Amino acid sequence: MIRNLIRSSLVALGLAVPAAAEEAYIVVQSTTSTQNSGLLDHILPGFEAETGVDVRVVAVGTGQAIRNAINGDGDVLLVHSKPAEEQFVADGWGVERFDVMYNDFVLVGPKADPAGVKGEVDIIVALSAIANSEAPFASRGDDSGTHKAEMRHWKAAGIDPTSASGRWYRETGSGMGATLNVASGMGAYVLTDRATWLSFGNRGDLEILVEGDPRLFNQYGVILVNPEKHPGVRATAGQRFIDWLIGPDGQAAIDSYQLDGQQLFFPNAR
Amino acid sequence: MQNFASEFNIALSLIFRGDAELWAIVLLSLRVSIFAVLISALIGMPVGAALAVARFPGRRVVIILMNALMGLPPVVVGLLVYLMLSRSGPLGVLELLYTPTAMIIAQVVLVTPIIAALTRQVVETLAEEYSEQLRSLGVSRLASVPVLLWDARLALVTALLAGFGRAIAEVGAVIIVGGNINHVTRVMTTTIALETSKGNLALALALGAILVGIAVAVNALVSALTLRAEREGLRHA
Amino acid sequence: MRDVISGVPGVLEAHNLRIARNGKAILEVPYLCLNGPGPTLILGPNGAGKSLLLRCLHGLISPDQGEVCQDGQPLSTGHKARQAMVFQSPVLLRRSVAANLDFVLRRQSIPRAQRKWRIAELLAEGGLEGKARQAARSLSGGEAQRLAILRALALDPGTLFLDEPTSALDPSATQKIEQMVLRASERGVRIVMVTHDIGQARRLAADIVMMQTGHVVEHGLARQVLDAPQSADSRRYLAGGLVT
Repeated sequence: MIRNLIRSSLVALGLAVPAAAEEAYIVVQSTTSTQNSGLLDHILPGFEAETGVDVRVVAVGTGQAIRNAINGDGDVLLVHSKPAEEQFVADGWGVERFDVMYNDFVLVGPKADPAGVKGEVDIIVALSAIANSEAPFASRGDDSGTHKAEMRHWKAAGIDPTSASGRWYRETGSGMGATLNVASGMGAYVLTDRATWLSFGNRGDLEILVEGDPRLFNQYGVILVNPEKHPGVRATAGQRFIDWLIGPDGQAAIDSYQLDGQQLFFPNAR
Repeated sequence: MQNFASEFNIALSLIFRGDAELWAIVLLSLRVSIFAVLISALIGMPVGAALAVARFPGRRVVIILMNALMGLPPVVVGLLVYLMLSRSGPLGVLELLYTPTAMIIAQVVLVTPIIAALTRQVVETLAEEYSEQLRSLGVSRLASVPVLLWDARLALVTALLAGFGRAIAEVGAVIIVGGNINHVTRVMTTTIALETSKGNLALALALGAILVGIAVAVNALVSALTLRAEREGLRHA
Repeated sequence: MRDVISGVPGVLEAHNLRIARNGKAILEVPYLCLNGPGPTLILGPNGAGKSLLLRCLHGLISPDQGEVCQDGQPLSTGHKARQAMVFQSPVLLRRSVAANLDFVLRRQSIPRAQRKWRIAELLAEGGLEGKARQAARSLSGGEAQRLAILRALALDPGTLFLDEPTSALDPSATQKIEQMVLRASERGVRIVMVTHDIGQARRLAADIVMMQTGHVVEHGLARQVLDAPQSADSRRYLAGGLVT
């Protein structure tokens, strides 16, 4: 009663959206790469037109998106760190994980390339060369999907870059875009997803130096937040979005998105 | 870096051509911040005025705390409000997270201490002047609060402006509790943050310039009103 | 004015008043009784304690010892509501002239229609007709002090205290104030007024309280105190106003 009173007065003031018409919107916790690349702006109108469900995207790092989802502050999780996603489901916070699409990571760096990694096809070799030359490297350092992927590669190379933190290894603790701005400003190497890189406007002297290593494969997954954990989750509309995204319409929409003539994401739902 | 002048022209033409999306963002910014400042004034002014006239043990401590709260980091406020409004937080049932209301709440937390502290300073000075006269007229300390607030109104406008300036320019709190959701909670500052992260530095700067323009316009408007009131002799002697 | 009570105003008494600062008495009045019908003027050099005595009598300052009585009863909130005070420099609210009066009338829960009528009446009394909507703070010094007196009168006081109300005014403005004070006195308001101006005391006073270093050195009928002062301090003050 009181809750309804508060809500209706807020609605009257134009400050809240009515909860009417059963699940008029869903909140998707996602990553900056899906938003900054323009992918979501491209595909969401199709879903919204078809279903009338408004999709509200909160774009943060994968780590924060997962933590927000654990708090129940989202209905659907769309991120890119498979181990963390599987843990999320195993802990009961999510219902089930589905593959959606992939893109890939690329290593970008200054044209001068002080570590001499240009054209290298093995990311591990490239990272070792950067560490040996102590050329500046900008890291997200924010527990995001990209950061987790980067740390896996350092580990495979047998290097602990954090011991050089503050010297040649710079952790920005920020999103991909902010980290690219830092790398651009100081002429540092940086690992980024291709989508964000392609849509990034402040490249300065940076260019792609290493790409194509299968280990740079970047898989995106989608998960419905478990309504048993958080009864407020808009499960019906959320599931509808997931079904659409991994169904033929959603997959085709992803497939059709191009930026500067390049395809950014490759649908691979089964 | 890109050509700032051309990006600024783009941003300006978006504004003046009436680009619906950009206008919606500007209007939402204004709506959220004006609402937040009004609520903060309703809370902060009586509290500040009461603190100016009341005499109780620990008053100095309260004043020091209030002045310190003026410097609250927005990110901390955003985090606190997030924890309150999160579905797993105490107010989660209200479903206010990622709405403009959540942003207003965060800004109210940020702005109220500013308005309260500035109000206390202004009213305390006025109370010194009025004290004997009001007591002679039989006005109690508590009853003097609305009298002092009303008579300090011109100076209090400055407190409101300071609060508005903080609210409209703030990004750390609203991006956490609003989520920067397109068409729902995206305001000028979060748009600037987003465009910066996309590497569109010039566009971000242009939006920043527009933000400054709004601040200048609001201040000029208030200054004009104050000047008029001054001419009518309503200002402090 | 409204309740025209011609006749004798109430009796105001002070018993054993004492105020000390840093162990030194700055006001010491064993007994003072104001019971005459006309204005009482308090005279004396700077620092004699005139304003302090006035504030004690009005209840703005509580004495360290002693008490003030109205008609034999210790000063209560009810009594204070029947007192009003006008300060040396008028403290007008930052509102219009009429709103300054309305503020006081509204506090007495007087109905709106009646307030309007009262305000017009008061403005006429102070010669401020036509200035009702003007900002009080834009009045001249004399007008401002007249408004302060009108606001005090709006309380319909039994006693009106005035603390050097004309000290900053020119002779013509002073004369208007003095006429207002005399009219109030004739209507039965007890007037207690501090002044430096011996001429003013001669024009207004029925009785005079002469003060010196926190003490009342003489209290008597005006003519008696002014023309045949009994104390040496009074004689020196009246002779040159210079008392050390």
